[in-house]
Amino acid sequence: MAGGSTQGPELTLPATAGENPQSSGVAGSNTTVTGSAGSQGTLSPWARFTKSSPLVALILQRFALSVALLFAVSLLIFGGVEALPGDFATTYLGQSATPQAVANIRKDLGLDQPAATRYFQWLGGALQGDFGTSWASKNSVSEQIGKRLGNSLFLAFFAAIISIPLAVGLGMLAVHFRDRLPDRLINVVSLAAISLPEFFIGYLLIMFFAVQTGIATFPATVYDTMTIGERLSAIALPTATLVLVVLAHMMRMTRAAILNVMSSAYVETAELKGLSGLRIIAKHAAPNAIAPVVNVIALNLAYLVVGVVVVEVVFVYPGMGQYMVDAVTVRDMPVVQACGLIFAALYIFLNMMADIIAIIANPRLRHPR
Amino acid sequence: MTEYKDFLAQQVMLGKMNRREFMGRAAAFGITLAAAGTMFDTAAKAQEPKRGGHLKLGLEGASATDSRDPAKNLSQFMFVTSRTWGDMIVETDPLTGKAVPALAESWEPSADAATWTFTIRKGVKFHDGKELTVDDIVKTLERHTDEKAESGALGVMKSIKEIKADGDKLVLVLSEGNADLPLLLTDYHLVVQPNGGLDNPDAMIGTGPYKVTSFEPGVRATFERNQDDWRTDRGFVDSVELIAMNDATARIAALSSGQVHFINRVDPKTVDLLKRAPTVEILNTSGRGHYVFIMHCNTAPFDNNDLRLALKYAMDRETMVQKILGGYGKVGNDFPINGTYALFPEGIEQRAYDPDKAAFHYKKSGHSGSVLLRTSDVAFPGAVDAAVLYQESAKKAGIEIEVKREPGDGYWSNVWNVQPFSTSYWGGRPTQDQMYSTAYTSKADWNDTRFLREDFDKLILAARAELDEAKRKDMYRTAAMMVRDEGGLILPMFNDFVNASTKQIKGYVHDIGNDMSNGYVATRVWLDA
Repeated sequence: MAGGSTQGPELTLPATAGENPQSSGVAGSNTTVTGSAGSQGTLSPWARFTKSSPLVALILQRFALSVALLFAVSLLIFGGVEALPGDFATTYLGQSATPQAVANIRKDLGLDQPAATRYFQWLGGALQGDFGTSWASKNSVSEQIGKRLGNSLFLAFFAAIISIPLAVGLGMLAVHFRDRLPDRLINVVSLAAISLPEFFIGYLLIMFFAVQTGIATFPATVYDTMTIGERLSAIALPTATLVLVVLAHMMRMTRAAILNVMSSAYVETAELKGLSGLRIIAKHAAPNAIAPVVNVIALNLAYLVVGVVVVEVVFVYPGMGQYMVDAVTVRDMPVVQACGLIFAALYIFLNMMADIIAIIANPRLRHPR
Repeated sequence: MTEYKDFLAQQVMLGKMNRREFMGRAAAFGITLAAAGTMFDTAAKAQEPKRGGHLKLGLEGASATDSRDPAKNLSQFMFVTSRTWGDMIVETDPLTGKAVPALAESWEPSADAATWTFTIRKGVKFHDGKELTVDDIVKTLERHTDEKAESGALGVMKSIKEIKADGDKLVLVLSEGNADLPLLLTDYHLVVQPNGGLDNPDAMIGTGPYKVTSFEPGVRATFERNQDDWRTDRGFVDSVELIAMNDATARIAALSSGQVHFINRVDPKTVDLLKRAPTVEILNTSGRGHYVFIMHCNTAPFDNNDLRLALKYAMDRETMVQKILGGYGKVGNDFPINGTYALFPEGIEQRAYDPDKAAFHYKKSGHSGSVLLRTSDVAFPGAVDAAVLYQESAKKAGIEIEVKREPGDGYWSNVWNVQPFSTSYWGGRPTQDQMYSTAYTSKADWNDTRFLREDFDKLILAARAELDEAKRKDMYRTAAMMVRDEGGLILPMFNDFVNASTKQIKGYVHDIGNDMSNGYVATRVWLDA
């Protein structure tokens, strides 16, 4: 990947490239474009801007690319939904579909119009934040998504603020006690957690904390009239499950990234200066390991919002994933498309943020050769 | 011993056994008179409903796409929801399945059963305080007749030609006589709404025992007791909460940890594990729903009655009930009616697994090579396993069945009612007539066995208008025999509705009409602290 040509040996992390090919690829291609423009000597306004404030230029480019990507994704989502077998009318009516009823519904929903027309209508609405009405329940999709997305973000937020510091902290600890008991322990436990499917972890937690001891709230249904305290108690078990699921990934990445930096010359210098182990890790090694760690964190954050359908089902939590699955089942296209687009936007946004943070954290990425 | 005691106690609680009968049975079982007396009193006391409390139900089948409009209710969750806030014009008796008064106090057919006059109850109030009038009922029925309302009851309403109010009576004129009309009006979509729901079909305002206090599709619904309810024999708890729980394990966990009082759809595979929990009670009710293997009578090779008979004899029904339903069901006899229907034709010989007869008919059919059966687990729970079981039992008769597993997604549009041999599921219908005219008459919308017989159509039509019960029963017997011996239906089993509750729940009515006490579970049970 791009890392080979632009980065020093201490930052060549094969694991990073493997973890997040998409974002590093994008960053890499950006770099090449600016580089070639600069070397040609004919300075367009954009090239001059690139020269004078390379950071802003890079970020702007990265942002433009994200928008383009989102458009491409919207096309893919629409196409994919179109390609699903069976349409809304037959699926919604299920076993009780009469030809008459099917025809009525299709006409009402404008399904008789060409796909291109429908795509642009949909996109036009989506750009204004209007995702139309659900075909099945006739509710406003934006309104429903507002609620569901709020729930998902609420859960993801708490899972994130527990798991990220925990993962980074544990990663640093593991490096500090490298190959000694605490390191091994952290490794084994996190590997065990990552090896268990999330529904299984969920069921285990339910069994212990809800069924046998009865100390935790179950099911984790949340609704409007709940107080914040009740909400927090309701999400305790799903949050714990999510923390266990994402912890290992981030922790191991932190450990690997820091270890990589630890073998470089300047860390040796710091050691020779007589600095304490933890201080070296925190002040000297960690900042240089930010890029790969941030990438993994971004991926896991995205997962916490869009990938937790199973956890939502197990804990009866009304989040986005469940909403989308319900919609796919009956081919409720406006909802499926809206969910797909929002999920894609989240992924793209988080990856973009990770790239930007990586660029800020590592000045060398701004000045490619 | 204890099981029998429990059974006796349950009979008393359900009001199925009086004191004398109970003492007799108990004495026959060697229980002393004094002990039996105490037992009866305890059981009888438990029968008296207690009021108050907050009832929580964890239900499968909710979706974020559920509609508030009862006309569009499809899921199990919405079925219970609308039954909790709304009332029908007519209800069914839970034990006999006959029509009983609800918002209509009484009714009268004309001699040809084509014109029906309903007397509507007075003094009933909607949740918003407005008094129920005949006009509301007329508008309700009209709305469900309108195709734009996309009502699930449209098929039921088709035979009604005219809906009008005659003073404070409701008059329905049918296109042809139908002795079962009151039963058609029990369809769960036909909830009576103010002005028929024309102003706001989504308002969830009705005349039922509970008022809706909140509703989030696919998440939860809450209710409070309607203080002005026109009936006193229902609505015992103060408030009800329905929670959407689509995951079977989540439902079981919620029930065994006491977070909910009742769950539906207990998997036959886990029911024995659940039974071990001391606080849990399994509630299984015989139902009309049936799991079927359907052959198209007009498509080769299934256009050959000998092949159809061979495939019928090659089915091991007992094993199916044991293995696929975990014993929670009854064997079927290749016609879609069982003893829960009024006018059930008794005395028809039970078809049994008979490899020799199967081989005989198979040989006679002249068919060779394998028979392709398409299936998917969405057809009914365990459908793929059932197909493989069937493959095994047919093999012993020398019939080779090739099982093809189809994707569940799109099964109902691409396989069922399209491919000549597939697995499927049928829920029951309120009447035999409806069952036959939905799926077995030539012009039926879902004639999924392609059973096209003019004499059969005529018979069903004649039986529909026949008011003499004995004659009618005879006609349905003939109809059953035709489907059983010449139709394309292989019906190995009727599934029980398997629900479970905590022991706090009392008064659960095993309603033969439909699952979850015919949807009335929340309005009929009470909580015993």
